[in-house]
Amino acid sequence: MKKFLLAALSFGVAGSIQAQSNFGQVSGNFGLDAQYYFADSLINAKEVQEKTRMNSFANINYSLGKFKAGFRYEAYLKPLQGFLPGWEGQGVMYRYAQFTEDKFDITVGGFYEQFGSGMILRTYEERALGYDNMLDGIRVKFNPYKGIYLKGIYGKQRLFWELAPGIVRGADAEIIVNEVLDSLMANSKTRVIIGGSFVSKYQDPTDVNYIMPANVGSFAARMNLIRDKWNLSAEYVHKVNDPSNDNGYIYKDGQGLLIQTNYATKGFGVSLSAKYIDNMSYRSNRYEGFTNVFINYNPALTRPHTYNLAATLYPYACQPNGEVAFQADVSYKFKKGSLLGGKYGASVAVNFSSANGLDSTKYNPENDSARKSYTAKFFMPGANKYFRDFNVEFKKKVSDKFKFTLMYAYFEYDMEVVQNLIGKGTIYSHIGVAELNYKVNKRNNLRMELQHLYTKQDKGSWATALLEYTYSPSWFVAVLDQYNYGNPDEHHQLHYPYFTLGYINNSSRISIGYGKQRQGLFCVGGVCRAVPASNGFIISITSSF
Amino acid sequence: MKKLLIPFVAFCLMAFTQVDNADLAVNDKKVPSVKVKTLDGGTFDMANISNDGKPIVISFWATWCSPCKKELENMAEVYEEWQKETGVKIIAISIDDARNSSKVKPYIMSKELPYDVYIDENQDFKRAMNVNNVPHTFLVDGNGNIVWDHNNYSEGDEEHLYEEIKKLVGKH
Repeated sequence: MKKFLLAALSFGVAGSIQAQSNFGQVSGNFGLDAQYYFADSLINAKEVQEKTRMNSFANINYSLGKFKAGFRYEAYLKPLQGFLPGWEGQGVMYRYAQFTEDKFDITVGGFYEQFGSGMILRTYEERALGYDNMLDGIRVKFNPYKGIYLKGIYGKQRLFWELAPGIVRGADAEIIVNEVLDSLMANSKTRVIIGGSFVSKYQDPTDVNYIMPANVGSFAARMNLIRDKWNLSAEYVHKVNDPSNDNGYIYKDGQGLLIQTNYATKGFGVSLSAKYIDNMSYRSNRYEGFTNVFINYNPALTRPHTYNLAATLYPYACQPNGEVAFQADVSYKFKKGSLLGGKYGASVAVNFSSANGLDSTKYNPENDSARKSYTAKFFMPGANKYFRDFNVEFKKKVSDKFKFTLMYAYFEYDMEVVQNLIGKGTIYSHIGVAELNYKVNKRNNLRMELQHLYTKQDKGSWATALLEYTYSPSWFVAVLDQYNYGNPDEHHQLHYPYFTLGYINNSSRISIGYGKQRQGLFCVGGVCRAVPASNGFIISITSSF
Repeated sequence: MKKLLIPFVAFCLMAFTQVDNADLAVNDKKVPSVKVKTLDGGTFDMANISNDGKPIVISFWATWCSPCKKELENMAEVYEEWQKETGVKIIAISIDDARNSSKVKPYIMSKELPYDVYIDENQDFKRAMNVNNVPHTFLVDGNGNIVWDHNNYSEGDEEHLYEEIKKLVGKH
C-alpha cells in the first residue's frame, strides 16, 4: 500500500515539474459533501453524535503521451448518514497506471470495466451513492485486427477499504463483422456486431454448512443488428451454481436474457425492451449483502424519473433473484405550426414498464437433495406483480419567455419485494406534475414545480412545491417544500422545507442548503440508496481542473 | 499516522501543481485519447475529433438528467445561427448505461437534435475529463485544446458559451 502511495506521490511531483516544462498533463477533480445534523424527533431524525459528517475525494490524473497514471484520495469522516458504515476512514484505494499504444491497452491497479451490457461483468463507481465495485488487478485490451476487440481482466474487487476475498477473471471478445469482412460487406446496409464473454470467480470453498464450489463460471453471448432506422440487440448470460447469501445457498444455475430494440426517425422514436433474470446475483464474496462487490449489473427496465416525488418515494430496483420485465418508450415531436405544436413546437413522451416475479415451481424439499429449490419457466412472467409504471409527459414552449411540462404517472409498487419491508404490501399511486418556466431575460430565470402524489397506502398523499431562481451562469437559489398532508397519522402530517443557495464558476460549484429531508431513496441514474430523515445544514463543493 | 500523512502531502503538492498548471491550461490541455461508442455500435477515439480548425463544444449528458436535456434542446434552437457565425460543432456524450443507452438514439432523433452523439457507457471519457456530474460542458479550440468548461446548466447559460465561442473565432 505504502509503495503505491509513494509511487502516486512521485507522479505528482513529476507532474508538477513537467506541467511547467509542457511535458505531460495533470488534471483532476475534487468533491466534498458535509452535513451538520440536528436531532428532530418529529421527522424521526436521530441525534448524530459527531454533529457533522463529511464525504470527500480528489482524483489526480497524470498523462504523458501513451502513459497515464493516477489515484483517488477519499475521506469519509464519518460517512454521511445513509452511507454504509464500512466507508468510514480515509486513504487511497484507487490508483492505476495505464499504457496505451495502437493495438494494446494495458492497465495495472484499479480499473472500471464492462463486458457487453454489463449483465455478466460491470465495475463502476457512483460516489453519490457510495457504490464502488472497482476491480484491482490487471486489464489488457487488444485490437489484433480492425473490428476485433479483445479484453482480459484479472483482479479482486474493492470492498470499502479492503479487497473482497474472491478472485475475478474474465475475457471478452467483440467483433464488428462489417469491418472484419469489409470486402464482402462493403455494400451491406446492415451492420452486424457479435460478442461473447467468459467470467469466473474463485473463492475459498471452506464453509461450515455447505460444500461450496471454489470456482463459479459464467458466460454470455450477444449480438447487435443495425439497419437504417432500426436497431436490435440481445444478450444471454448463464452462470453455474453459485450458492450465496442472496439466493439462500441454493445450487441452481442462473441465467438472464436482455433484448432491446429501437426505431428512430426525425421527430419520432420508440424503444422496446424485455428482460428475464433468474438467480443472477453474482458477487465476489458469496456472504456479502447490500450493494457490495457485485461482479455484474442487472439493469432495471424502468424509466428513471426526475421529479422528486416520482423519483424518490417508490423507485424500482432490479431483483437479481428473479424477475421478468418489459418496457416501451415512445417520443414524438409535434411540428411547429401544427395544432399542438403552435409557434414553437411541442413534444410528448409515453413510457410503460412492468416487472413481475418468475413463473416458478418449488421443489418438495424431500425431492430436492441437489438443493435447487425451484424451477422457473424461461421468460414467462409469474403472477406476482413487482412494479408497474405508466407515464405521459407533455412539453410545450408557449413563447420566448414561457414554457411548461406536464407529467402524469401511475405506479404500482410492491414494497415488500422491492424494499424488503415485510407487511407493507403494494402501493398504488397517481402522480401529477406541472413544471413552469419563465425566462425573465437572458440571465434571469424562474422555474416552478408543483407536484402531487395520491395514494391510500404507506404514508398517504404528498404535495410538493419548488421555486428556483437562477442568474446565469453563476447563481442559483431554490426553495422546496414537501408536505405529507395525507399521512394517516395526524402527528406525521409534516412539512419538509429545504432551502439551497449555490454559486458556479466554470467547473467549480459550491452550494449550501438548510432544511429537513424526509426518509427516502436517493437515486442517480436509476441506482438508489436509502437515506434516513435528517434536519441540518449541508455544504457541497465540486471542482475539476 | 503515516498512512494519513502521505496522501495529505501528496494532495498538497497536487494543489500547487494545479496552480502551476492553471496558467498554462489554455495551451496545455488536450482532449484525451479515449474510446467511446458510436450510435451504430462502432468505436471512436475522442482524440480524433476535428472541425477544420473551428471550435467544438463537448456536452456530457444522460437521458435521466433534465438540465442536460434542457441544455441540448436550447442549444438546438440557436445552433444554426451559431454554425453560420462561428462554424462551431456540438458533440453530445451520453453517459447512459445498459438501462437507458438504447433510448439515446430515439431521444436524439425524436427531438431532432443535429449533433454528433457518442455513448460513453463505461464512463471512461467522463473519468478522463474529470467530470463530477452531468451536465458538464467543454469548449475546445481549433487545435484541440480545452479552453473553457462549465458544470451545471441553467436557462441562458448557452449565451455565455456563445460569447466564449465568439472570442475563439475573433468575432468578439
